[in-house]
Amino acid sequence: MLRYTFNRVLYALPIMLGVSLVCFLLVHIAPGDPLVSVLPPDATEALRRQMAELYGFDRSLPEQFLRWLARAATGDLGTSIATARPVAAEVARAVGNTVTLAAFATLIGFTLGAIFGFVAGYFRDSPLDRLASALAVLGVSVPHYWLGMVLVIVFSAQLGWLPATGAGPGGSTEWAWDWEHFRHLILPAITMSVIPMGIVARTLRALVAEILSQEFVMGLRARGLSEFAVFRHVVKNAAPTALAVMGLQLGYLLGGSILIETVFSWPGTGFLLNAAIFQRDLPLLQGTILVLALFFVVLNLVVDVVQTALDPRIRRA
Amino acid sequence: MLRVARRLTAALLLVSALVSPTLAQEKVLRIGMTAADIPRTHGQPDQGFEGNRFTGIPMYDSLTQWDLSKADAPSVLIPGLATEWAVDPADPKKWIFKLRPGVKFHDGSAFDAEAVVWNVRKVLDREAPHFDPSQVGVTASRMPTLRSARAIDPLTVELTTSEPDSFLPYNLTNLFMASPAHWQKLYEAVPAEVSDPKERAKRAWTEFAANPSGTGPFKGVRLVPRERFEMVKNPDYWDERRRPKIDRVVLVPMPEANARTAALLGGQVDWIEAPAPDAIPAMKARGFVLYQNAQPHVWPWQFSFLEGSPWRDIRVRHAANLCIDREELKQLLGGLMGVPKGTVPPGHPWWGNPSFDIRFDLAEARRLMKEAGYSETKPLKVKVLTSASGSGQMQPVLMNEWLQQALKACWFDVELEVIEWNALFTTWREGANHPNARGAHAINVTFAAMDPFFAMVRFVTKSAFPPNSNNWGFFNTDEMEELVRAARTAFDAAARDAALARLHKRIVEEAPFLWVAHDVGPRMLSPKIKNVVQPRSWFIDIAPMDLAG
Repeated sequence: MLRYTFNRVLYALPIMLGVSLVCFLLVHIAPGDPLVSVLPPDATEALRRQMAELYGFDRSLPEQFLRWLARAATGDLGTSIATARPVAAEVARAVGNTVTLAAFATLIGFTLGAIFGFVAGYFRDSPLDRLASALAVLGVSVPHYWLGMVLVIVFSAQLGWLPATGAGPGGSTEWAWDWEHFRHLILPAITMSVIPMGIVARTLRALVAEILSQEFVMGLRARGLSEFAVFRHVVKNAAPTALAVMGLQLGYLLGGSILIETVFSWPGTGFLLNAAIFQRDLPLLQGTILVLALFFVVLNLVVDVVQTALDPRIRRA
Repeated sequence: MLRVARRLTAALLLVSALVSPTLAQEKVLRIGMTAADIPRTHGQPDQGFEGNRFTGIPMYDSLTQWDLSKADAPSVLIPGLATEWAVDPADPKKWIFKLRPGVKFHDGSAFDAEAVVWNVRKVLDREAPHFDPSQVGVTASRMPTLRSARAIDPLTVELTTSEPDSFLPYNLTNLFMASPAHWQKLYEAVPAEVSDPKERAKRAWTEFAANPSGTGPFKGVRLVPRERFEMVKNPDYWDERRRPKIDRVVLVPMPEANARTAALLGGQVDWIEAPAPDAIPAMKARGFVLYQNAQPHVWPWQFSFLEGSPWRDIRVRHAANLCIDREELKQLLGGLMGVPKGTVPPGHPWWGNPSFDIRFDLAEARRLMKEAGYSETKPLKVKVLTSASGSGQMQPVLMNEWLQQALKACWFDVELEVIEWNALFTTWREGANHPNARGAHAINVTFAAMDPFFAMVRFVTKSAFPPNSNNWGFFNTDEMEELVRAARTAFDAAARDAALARLHKRIVEEAPFLWVAHDVGPRMLSPKIKNVVQPRSWFIDIAPMDLAG
């Protein structure tokens, strides 16, 4: 097992290198001037050249990449052109905020998704099923940024119950789990939860219906078990698949959402990416994409290792 | 007697206990900006003029500054940290500035001539220990001829330019004075293990941004990157008229227009920049107040004068300017635009009474087009580059499509090519003859028109041909060169304005632009904000404002 894990880590290294290269190339081939955030549009060509030299953009792309990679390998993702702040610190703060949002959205999405899925599957073709299925379909179909705006209009602009933007009255650095801060989390988390809620509900509905049609369920009922006890057996059988789906959705949520975080000015990775794109802040863009991409590489690595630990046949394959 | 005194004391204590929470209640003004991040706070803000507006002018002063106290007159240059200035008669490349005595930075250190020299060197002298590349771009481009500074005595400083340049006092509104003593203290506090002087300087500036020190009416006290910036009032500010009444100002970046609108309606902020136009009636109905005023901003088509361009014919240029009903466009934009008569409006010191009146006159426009050889059966094909969005571009696609439609009445067949905003900028710098211009006959890039160089000179001189500056269409005549030279070397303020008025008059008459609109800088404020003056400027002064309870 140790050898297998070691091999998987070794395999992951070229993937990480490839991801770094793709990241770097993608942001460099995009049109526009990387100095746009520190140069006004009316700057002269001479000044633009001077700035390119000061920031190292006059060097060849391979040289720029190698310099950036060498620094990134030590954990230094460079300095933001627009703010002159270290990128690593910016990304770390944003990741923390996205994790907070994703965790709460996960809680809402999985709880509702599981309830709707089990209810729809258990009472298949009943009005309850139709209602739960309709909500699940709505969840995966409604554009979440649109839903976010509607929630803001209703609960912030009209009713004034919840704040429309931000991560707390004093900003995310003063985050505390009290009502004053928590109320900033509610609308973005609900908006973010609708897609995983829909996916989990639809998956579970199909799964529960399939389990209910299996012979062992008939056997349980024939032995005189109560419906609640039968339901518990169904839940146990559905749990592994449900957890796998939820795990995938959690990964997706942890990647952040540019649209939701921008609509709610939530200072997470999506908000950071949006700012970096609009300011053409290449070091910040590269750093954020790299961290998110590496996060998924590591997540896949962990899943591979855990799956192999649970099912040794995978290792042999 | 003693009992009476005790009772009186008790009563006073009770009253003060009841009243003091009200008295002590901090007056906090919360502003939702359009920027996606807090503009830089170390003295040379980024994020365009929104940066100067919110983290420049409130915290820092410059040698010269804009008069932001009037809504009904042009915003003109007035003394700031310099009380007077004059060019050296023996050498017109040298300027002598007399400094205001008794001014202190927020950290308590004195503002003097050495501080001015230090602030010039921070962006112009690569050998200076405090040189900061990240401040160069936004500053040096706005004072293109300034080369160096020298202290003559504690309250006199000499500035040297690369050529005689009467525009220097305008340029200096962009150089904000940061505290050298405070920076030095932060530099010395950088851990000793950081030995590279450049890295130490960089860290000191990062620290300075979080803990700034200028001479302005507000002091920066708290920076949460990308989320909020807080300033408190400077009760010792040198200009009594601008001593703040508001205790604390909180700046919040909100790049999304609907999010800003919701935040205002939901009570999270008291002021938003650029409200979503569709929501303006709803906001007004809730008691919020819309402020707007014509800004020194131009939304134009800048014409190409290359061989083969139809705009080389002045009749065509005049026809386009006469063919569009700008009042109709204004209506389309919900009233949020100014109708231009040129680059600057009538009444401005540089107006100059041009003989060509920019107006809506369809008959005259058609007559000119016919004279130039165009008709319904022989329309004029023109291609225009624009963007889908961008700072100052207002609503570019909507406005260009309206122009496309309106110009049809004068037999213009307009082809619009929409490219990404940043790419459009690059093309603007490259010029109409560059392959990236894709053979376009005009380009739609908006510009600020506060300073003579940026309003006029860079669009009409040979030295501003691409890639040096923004004379994208290669427009130039000997007369323009002479008018610019005369303005640049007129060192008396009245003579300079007169020379600039002659330049503006001829530019409008030659019409190298289709002048379409001026932005009006709409902002929506809570009715509790008092003493608001929205000047004819990109900026607004928060210092004299107050908050009603």
